[in-house]
Amino acid sequence: MSRTKLPLVACGLAVSLLATACSSGFGQGPSQVTSGKQEIKVLIATSGSPETAAVKRAADAWAEKTGNSVTVDIAQNIDQQLGQAFAGNNPPDVFYTSGEQFPTYAQRGSLYAYGDKLKDSKAFSPLLTRAFTYDDKMFCAPKDQSTLGLAVNTDLWKKAGLTEADYPRTWDDLARVAKKLTKDGVTGLTVNADYNQLGAFFKQSGSWLTSPDQKKMTATDKANVRALAYVKELLTQGVLKFPKALDSGWGGEAFGKGKAAMTIEGNWLAGMMEKDFPGTSYKVVPLPEGPGGKGTMAFTNCWGIAAKSRHQAAAVDLVNHLTSDSSQLTFAKVVGVMPSKQTLLDKYRRQNPESAAWADGASYAQLPVSAPSMRQVMAEFNTSLAGLADKDPAELLAGLQKNGASVLGGNRR
Amino acid sequence: MSTTTEPELGAGPEPGSERRPPGRLDRLRRPRRDGRQGVWGWVFVSPMVLVLGLFLAVPVIMALWVSLLDWDGQSNPFSGAADFVGLDNYQGLFAEDGLTRTLFMTSLRNNLYYVVLAVPLQTALALGLALAVNQQRLKGKGAFRTAFYFPSVTSSIAVSTVFLFLFQSSGAVNSLLKWVGVQGPNWFTDARGLVWVALDWIGLVDPSSPPAALADHGVLGLSWWEWLSGPSIAMCTIIMLVVWTTSGTFMLMFLAALQDIPEAQLESARLDGTNRWQTLRHVILPALRPILFLVITLGLIGTWQVFDQVYVMSQGQPANTTLTPAFLSYNMSFKDAQYGTGAAISFVLLAIILVMTGVQRLVLRERDGRRRLRPRRAAR
Repeated sequence: MSRTKLPLVACGLAVSLLATACSSGFGQGPSQVTSGKQEIKVLIATSGSPETAAVKRAADAWAEKTGNSVTVDIAQNIDQQLGQAFAGNNPPDVFYTSGEQFPTYAQRGSLYAYGDKLKDSKAFSPLLTRAFTYDDKMFCAPKDQSTLGLAVNTDLWKKAGLTEADYPRTWDDLARVAKKLTKDGVTGLTVNADYNQLGAFFKQSGSWLTSPDQKKMTATDKANVRALAYVKELLTQGVLKFPKALDSGWGGEAFGKGKAAMTIEGNWLAGMMEKDFPGTSYKVVPLPEGPGGKGTMAFTNCWGIAAKSRHQAAAVDLVNHLTSDSSQLTFAKVVGVMPSKQTLLDKYRRQNPESAAWADGASYAQLPVSAPSMRQVMAEFNTSLAGLADKDPAELLAGLQKNGASVLGGNRR
Repeated sequence: MSTTTEPELGAGPEPGSERRPPGRLDRLRRPRRDGRQGVWGWVFVSPMVLVLGLFLAVPVIMALWVSLLDWDGQSNPFSGAADFVGLDNYQGLFAEDGLTRTLFMTSLRNNLYYVVLAVPLQTALALGLALAVNQQRLKGKGAFRTAFYFPSVTSSIAVSTVFLFLFQSSGAVNSLLKWVGVQGPNWFTDARGLVWVALDWIGLVDPSSPPAALADHGVLGLSWWEWLSGPSIAMCTIIMLVVWTTSGTFMLMFLAALQDIPEAQLESARLDGTNRWQTLRHVILPALRPILFLVITLGLIGTWQVFDQVYVMSQGQPANTTLTPAFLSYNMSFKDAQYGTGAAISFVLLAIILVMTGVQRLVLRERDGRRRLRPRRAAR
């Protein structure tokens, strides 16, 4: 008798233990702590020790000024760690939220909408404000932004007999110089097989993969097919190669190693070049115009505040400090990203003339697809882009259209 | 124990036991005594039962529950906040035409080819190594054993990283191949299946325009042409890596079993005039059968759960040809916040492993005449 019962009893005990542990973990609304010393937890995904140090310094300055305390933690994989923290009901108070993750978090009610409590919410670039608006509410303050530019290796450029007048202005120009630069083991152009980079061509062709409100897929648009056909043409000519074919993890690496003379990358390239390839001289110019005009991609993060944070007022105050003009300019200098405030872009351009092409891009940039549940679809699109050389562009975009429509159309849970 | 604590029970029936038939006595006494011993047994193992229950059994049950929910990780899955969707997550994997099913079926295909290649290879290699280092005359046995076992004790992450460098398109492997006049592939970007490559090589089929009969028809979201691709070149590198790292562990198991074979048995085989092959086939291999079963079972379980190599080396790329169910489950859960689908994948994986192990048990039993007869008799 007891032989059969005891395991059941043991299991029952374990279940009830666990149930109590869980029920204490998931509460209802957070009760706010408004008086006394506030302890704020900040979770960031850092690009390296300079960024970590800069954030810590800014947070410490605020802590000293207000008498509160701030702990800055570094995430190895911020999406996963935040997901676990939300599920465990113990999220950090303030955290980096990428533009791509934002709608997912906002839709699930993980974020505290504090846009109206920001000191200078009007100063942020409209594109970024829109990126962090959900249900007509601005949820969080844009931390920074980056755009894509065409980085050119100036030594290889000269060696190929090209001058500054040859910086490509159109798609034809780009194809021509890429061809000239491709020789002696150097490939003219390398771009990540990723729609975050290749997406600029859709924009230049005058279209985009989704409608502006991301409610409908427009991937099979003729202009998109034209853009992808152009990229495929460069690939088949051998003047464009994906970084993996050049033994590199990403475009910047192949570019820094001198395996490719041009690449399409964002502001983060500057810091990487300085650190890993200080000997390579390069210049960043605006991306060429396509048949549809100018186009580039923009990437951004915001300072998310958890809906379940118990220190929301203090957290907003901290974010106000972190997005102040002086903080933004410091981050721009140290991290290499651009200020998220429209009002600071001119100043940034003057301080960093070599990054002017990136700063200019901010006015005509396209944000990546960010509708909830689209990550998997876009990841699948990236996978197929890697095999673009052997595929029909129209077919590839039709696949994206189908997968995307089933998510946006609400067919999928 | 019962005799000392409960003297009346221990002393009472003892004299009578001589008069009663032993069978009846057993039936009368056993439940009581065993029950008491059972209680103490349970008391002693309860810490482990609690730990296992709390950290293994309960989470498994919780995961099973999650696999029946549409849960995004934002609420307590046991509070009713997440929608209960029954078997919808499983249906999405098998019945609904969509990206989820295509990805899942692709991952199953990849893993199947992976298992079919990796398990026999690693078992054969491990057996070969064990036979080699078990030789009486071999000098420096210890050094060889250490060398062969070394990959198994090295972290899989470290080994995977080294392999990444070895198999770069201008890496050591391709340099070696070039030396013998072979142009090596770009291992990690080559999504072509081995079967496709072979068909192309013998000139039967051109992979860029596969036969319409195969390419235009299919089942479960993949065309027949895709189902029959074989492992991709990129997957082959992972297979090589796993065969290399796991064969050491299995070699050790084979070695222990080999050393358990009585010398007299081998001696008598030699006296009967067997050659080395016959000894292996008729004496050594039958003696190794239990270990062979163990090795293949462990191999099957391990290969169906392959994750870290994929995570480090390829993230499922190129063209999803190294995507495995374990990696897909992780991606679905933590990247797409579809925890229900992720959990469902892991339970399908569990079912596959159980079925595979069951099938393998049957197959390995069948060759053994004695064992095959017993269950049949019992069934009658």
